[in-house]
Amino acid sequence: MKLVDEFRDSAIAKRLASKLQARKTAAVNLMEVCGTHTVAIFKHGIRQILPQSVKLISGPGCPVCVTPNNDIDNAITLVQDTSVILTTFGDMMKVPGTSSSFQYEKAAGADIRVVYSVLDALQMARDNPDRKVVFLGVGFETTTPTIAAAILEAQRLKLNNFFLFPAHKVVPPAMRALLSSDDVKIDGFICPGHVSAIIGSKPYEFIAKEYGIPCVIAGFEPLDIMLAIDMLLDQIASGKSQIEIQYRRAVSAEGNVVALGILNRVFEVTDAYWRGIGEIPGTGLKLRAEYRKFDAKDVFGIESGYDTEKESCQCGDILRGILDPPSCSFFGKACTPEHPVGPCMVSSEGSCAAWYLYQ
Amino acid sequence: MCLAIPAKVIKIDELNAQVELGGLIRQASIMLVPDINIGDYVLLHAGFAIQKIDEQEATETLSLLSQLTIDDNQ
Amino acid sequence: MQNSRITLGHGSGGKLSHDLIESVFISQFWNDISARSDDSAVFSLGNDNGNIGDKQLAFTTDSYVVKPITWPGGDIGKLAVCGTVNDLAVVGATPLYLSAAFVIEEGLLLTTLTEVVKSMAETAAEANIKIVTGDTKVVERGSADGLFINTAGVGVIPSGLRISGDGAKVGDAIILSGSIGDHGIAVLSAREGLVFANELKSDVAPLNHMISAMLNSGSSIHVMRDPTRGGLATTLKEIAKQSKVAISISEEKIPVKQEVTAACEMLGYDPLHVANEGKLIACVAREDADKVLDIMRNSGYGQEATIIGEVLAESSAMVMMKTKIGGTRIVDMLVGEMLPRIC
Repeated sequence: MKLVDEFRDSAIAKRLASKLQARKTAAVNLMEVCGTHTVAIFKHGIRQILPQSVKLISGPGCPVCVTPNNDIDNAITLVQDTSVILTTFGDMMKVPGTSSSFQYEKAAGADIRVVYSVLDALQMARDNPDRKVVFLGVGFETTTPTIAAAILEAQRLKLNNFFLFPAHKVVPPAMRALLSSDDVKIDGFICPGHVSAIIGSKPYEFIAKEYGIPCVIAGFEPLDIMLAIDMLLDQIASGKSQIEIQYRRAVSAEGNVVALGILNRVFEVTDAYWRGIGEIPGTGLKLRAEYRKFDAKDVFGIESGYDTEKESCQCGDILRGILDPPSCSFFGKACTPEHPVGPCMVSSEGSCAAWYLYQ
Repeated sequence: MCLAIPAKVIKIDELNAQVELGGLIRQASIMLVPDINIGDYVLLHAGFAIQKIDEQEATETLSLLSQLTIDDNQ
Repeated sequence: MQNSRITLGHGSGGKLSHDLIESVFISQFWNDISARSDDSAVFSLGNDNGNIGDKQLAFTTDSYVVKPITWPGGDIGKLAVCGTVNDLAVVGATPLYLSAAFVIEEGLLLTTLTEVVKSMAETAAEANIKIVTGDTKVVERGSADGLFINTAGVGVIPSGLRISGDGAKVGDAIILSGSIGDHGIAVLSAREGLVFANELKSDVAPLNHMISAMLNSGSSIHVMRDPTRGGLATTLKEIAKQSKVAISISEEKIPVKQEVTAACEMLGYDPLHVANEGKLIACVAREDADKVLDIMRNSGYGQEATIIGEVLAESSAMVMMKTKIGGTRIVDMLVGEMLPRIC
């Protein structure tokens, strides 16, 4: 496949690996913020070819994993109404709520359907005018413009049976929150390439300026990730801290202006609760007043409440990069991909699941 | 957090495109990249083209990669 | 609470299916024969009657519930014959007789049923087996999805031959008969418009002729399996568990068609987990590996056969893969249902 295979070239990868190995690097912690990076790193075996001194830490970058119990519980309550079809991405099916999951509720008879695109949910609403189609929207800035576009489309089509249950998250302020806690020791960030394809590189500038931490926005192929690590090590070695873009073929300074325009037209920023972390101001999205009629929480009268976390689950520390997955007492025992306890095991890109499956 | 994959635009019908990836064909909305042309590569995510891929930049990244690794081999 | 009902994940062929088999079925149906957990049950009718001598019988059954019921390269009828024939062949049996039972949803077009049955007859002829008994049930609309088929089959294993998942030996070459994931992605592309694959065809095929040629060569073949649901990864892990060995494979050596790669990248699947219906994995003594490869490549069912790895050491059921870029990763079973991911 063009634009994929070239960035998986094994000869170049092996030479780049020796170059990385040969670097004299002091011990550094690099955090990949994005869960898709975490999976790519495990899938391609990148950890094993890095110098011992470079430690990769998996950050909070999985929108599925950080969806709190409450949202799952509320969506489950909602789909008890037999006129409702609940639609969501496949990733969400086994995310545990307080006492159930979509997968389980579906088996028990609820009409829950997996879609690949929000447009499939929109089509479902058009095909089933006598049903209420609710889309549980999760995702970061990569996904949220697609949801916003679907809302505009629903508006244009005058659909009155399509609703959004918004559970979206915004990345840069979450990184600020992460950096504000004292116990995080991060020497460099591998920033999310596909979020950045939308938001551009500017929103990360505070990290370099205020916290003095180097950032490289990286693509997802093995050569992309390895080059980004090399670039971060260069910055660290020379004492610099700036925002560099490795993934230049998809990321510019300003991002996708059209997509951002649509996103901001439909959504406004609000506070959000992150599973395993807690409430982070300014990291959620809610529909603007003129689109509130599509908001399932409004229409179905769902109150947002506080979350109840599983006792002694250490996902919070894992998401902050303080703890390695195997250090959690549940890991691999009470908490496995078949029976996840906490968010990091839930999605296959959660740091615990990736660790469990690939290492 | 976000799977997206390069796909080539082979047909455009207003805000819908047909894209090709590795011999597969599927529909993609181009609402988020309205200025796209046939033959362009886009990043496909959840049924949407979310960004145009700059092939010139791809080539430059690749030559940087070969440069980096050749130097090291000598 | 998560376990108190059956979910689709229990039918995925992966870890949840295994858990279900162990916790519900094996616990009730345990005996010296079922305990082997191979693709077919293998047993002897006893030497006293003189009919079968020291030959052993292989016996297996499988139900087919695929949607849609036809796809590029196959249909539910062809699959129902091949699946059972292959389960017999991989334990070293010569498949002989099949039963065929149909659960039909009210309203199914007669022409559709006729096409499926015709396809079964053609595949039976190709595999040189006979369908000798059957059953038909019709259920109310909504109680089945068009058509479900169950087939059971018996075959005879030549005297002295023992091929089981527990037979892998240190040093064995691991041979794969061709590209992985073709069936899973071809069926996906025929379903619900997620992607459309122009060229890709399912690999569904009866493997008994190829396997019989392999066995007739006198090579030391220790394990054979067909990696169906759960894919190559799940089957390798099963072999590693049954044989208590570590297996190492090389990503570079595993053939994957570009359509399969593309669909997997798009949907967040691992090609190692995608289903095959006409592929074989064999653990073969190193010195016989080239001979076996030649036979497979010339059999018409394994042109792309290749050595993908080896059995490394006696250990606790580990499968490792050397990645294309020179790293390593663990290969594990499919967990539950494969669902398209965006994240």
